Amino acid sequence: MSETAFSTNFDRMAATDDNRAALIEVRDIIKHFGHVIALAGVSLNVYSGEVLCLLGDNGAGKSTLIKTLSGVHRPTSGEFLVEGRNVAFDSPRDALDAGIATVYQDLAMIPLMSITRNFFMGREPTSGAGPLRRLDMGYCDRVTREEMQRIGIDVRDPHQAVGTLSGGERQCVAIARAVYFGAKVLILDEPTSALGVAQTSMVLKYINQVRAKGLGVIFITHNVRHASAVGQRFTVLNRGRTLGTFAKSEITLDELQSLMAGGKELQELSGELEGTV
Amino acid sequence: MSEASHAPAIGPGRHDERLMHTPLLTRLMRRPELGAMAGLVLVIIFFAFTASPTMFTLEGMMTILSPSAQLGILAVAAALLMIGGEFDLSIGSMVAFAGLILGLAIIDARLPLLLAIIVTLAVAALLGAVNGQLVIRTRLPSFIVTLAFLFILRGLSLVGLKMATGTTQMRGIRDAVATSPLLGIFSGNAFHGVFVGLAHQGVIRALPNGAPAAPGVPISVLWFIAFALVATWILLRTRTGNWIFASGGDPNAARNSGVPVNRVKTALFMLTSCSAALVAVLTVLDAGSTDALRGFQKEFQAIIAAVIGGCLLTGGYGSAIGAFFGAIIFGTVSIGLTYTNFDSDWFQVFLGAMLLIAVLFNNYVRRQVTGER
Repeated sequence: MSETAFSTNFDRMAATDDNRAALIEVRDIIKHFGHVIALAGVSLNVYSGEVLCLLGDNGAGKSTLIKTLSGVHRPTSGEFLVEGRNVAFDSPRDALDAGIATVYQDLAMIPLMSITRNFFMGREPTSGAGPLRRLDMGYCDRVTREEMQRIGIDVRDPHQAVGTLSGGERQCVAIARAVYFGAKVLILDEPTSALGVAQTSMVLKYINQVRAKGLGVIFITHNVRHASAVGQRFTVLNRGRTLGTFAKSEITLDELQSLMAGGKELQELSGELEGTV
Repeated sequence: MSEASHAPAIGPGRHDERLMHTPLLTRLMRRPELGAMAGLVLVIIFFAFTASPTMFTLEGMMTILSPSAQLGILAVAAALLMIGGEFDLSIGSMVAFAGLILGLAIIDARLPLLLAIIVTLAVAALLGAVNGQLVIRTRLPSFIVTLAFLFILRGLSLVGLKMATGTTQMRGIRDAVATSPLLGIFSGNAFHGVFVGLAHQGVIRALPNGAPAAPGVPISVLWFIAFALVATWILLRTRTGNWIFASGGDPNAARNSGVPVNRVKTALFMLTSCSAALVAVLTVLDAGSTDALRGFQKEFQAIIAAVIGGCLLTGGYGSAIGAFFGAIIFGTVSIGLTYTNFDSDWFQVFLGAMLLIAVLFNNYVRRQVTGER
């Protein structure tokens, strides 16, 4: 991961270029489920060509926030802008059509289906008309093979089941699918949390490639190391609120870590365990 | 890894040498219907040694195919629904209920055959939609919801027939539409002329009076083959087919990708109901009458045939052509035993054993396909 040169460049760029519209901007989003306040005022924005890391411990509201961004939930109040325009999504489909694609940790791929069928699931290209309208399988296979090649997954046969791929490869296929279908913003829900070291670096590397293509990425994680490896800015959530957004140059890993966990207790624990947690 | 990620994408014209390495056996194992085809071969070998040779004559085969077809139409529909992740235990009772509706439409309402069939299919589709909506809205397992309908529809068929005729049978249905030009599409034998010609030429066996020993291909067999082909086409080569696999494989992942899972499932429940209605039309017009016990336990046999055909009980995997062969195995064994010296009640033992073997085999195949341990 030798991306430091780029990140510093980027920091300067983001600082000077405040005029361009954010791909996604939310202001003071509030979401209630009955008496439960899941989001109590969250603000964030993500620009093209950057990875915004969304950090927070369990229960901080990360899931609710991404479900709101991806059209599963409607916010109770607050502003939600996509490329400067107000939006209100009724379904995940609406969000997809607006260019916001979400890759859920376990719910992105169907293990029993082939890579090709997964890749085109929900957006199958057809040829022919009337009762002879059919899947263009030749085209699907060719595209799938090319896209897999592009991200460096050695797919011998696009008909092999997704279940035969490793966890990291599955995440990469899911991301490649979103990119192929024209996503402008990619929301990644803990893509590395269940992965080993080699798999994680594979996914992080691919996230960086996607960012370099000019997409905006919202990377949800509770691992600050993974976040700092690819992220340019970090938004920290705690108990349904944003604690703040920091550029990479403004904050250290330890500060991020303690901010995320609410600080004090974790330092005490770290002391007891004679090391960092 | 790093070299590969920077490698240029292969153009459509270039050939990737790594694509040819999938071994033939792996590719075959990936076909869900393989087990059913192998099973059919084993069954045929078994009967080749034990059954009287008349079983393998043309007329013997037609005798086997006729019950296979009636079960097979249900099994193919049940397979699609199972791949979509649901069960329908009400299809056997639905056959009886649709028979009642058809009888009432023809005898009591005096509708012409075409209209009566449309009414029957419409009622079946409606009940299928009710099943589907109940399953989707209550989020109860389809097993329970359709088990309820198994009893409700069977009970309604009994009560309805008793109210209409005073007995649990309704006769004279075929006679009431005997003049309908459509009758030939739903009952009797096809290619009768061809068979007569072949018998004259001595190609196939003729009876002493010159008529062919097999009068033709039972119409239900043609419906069965056509239905299995259309179902396979839909499953493997259409967008709807991909949605069926996705809905059964993981409904959440499918929804996240924009697949209309609820619509797919409702349509599949309507399809199984309509397939039951089609079986009712074919068998009622063939027999001329209907009976409250029509289709008894066919739901289980259809599900077993689908499982033998490679469908996983958990959904998302299977094939219509597998269910086709599963149903033929059924017909072959149930009819075949009468050509042997075995007691034909061995059929039930065979059924259970076959189901067990198929489920174990399917689980093994699934582990091979997905690499899960």
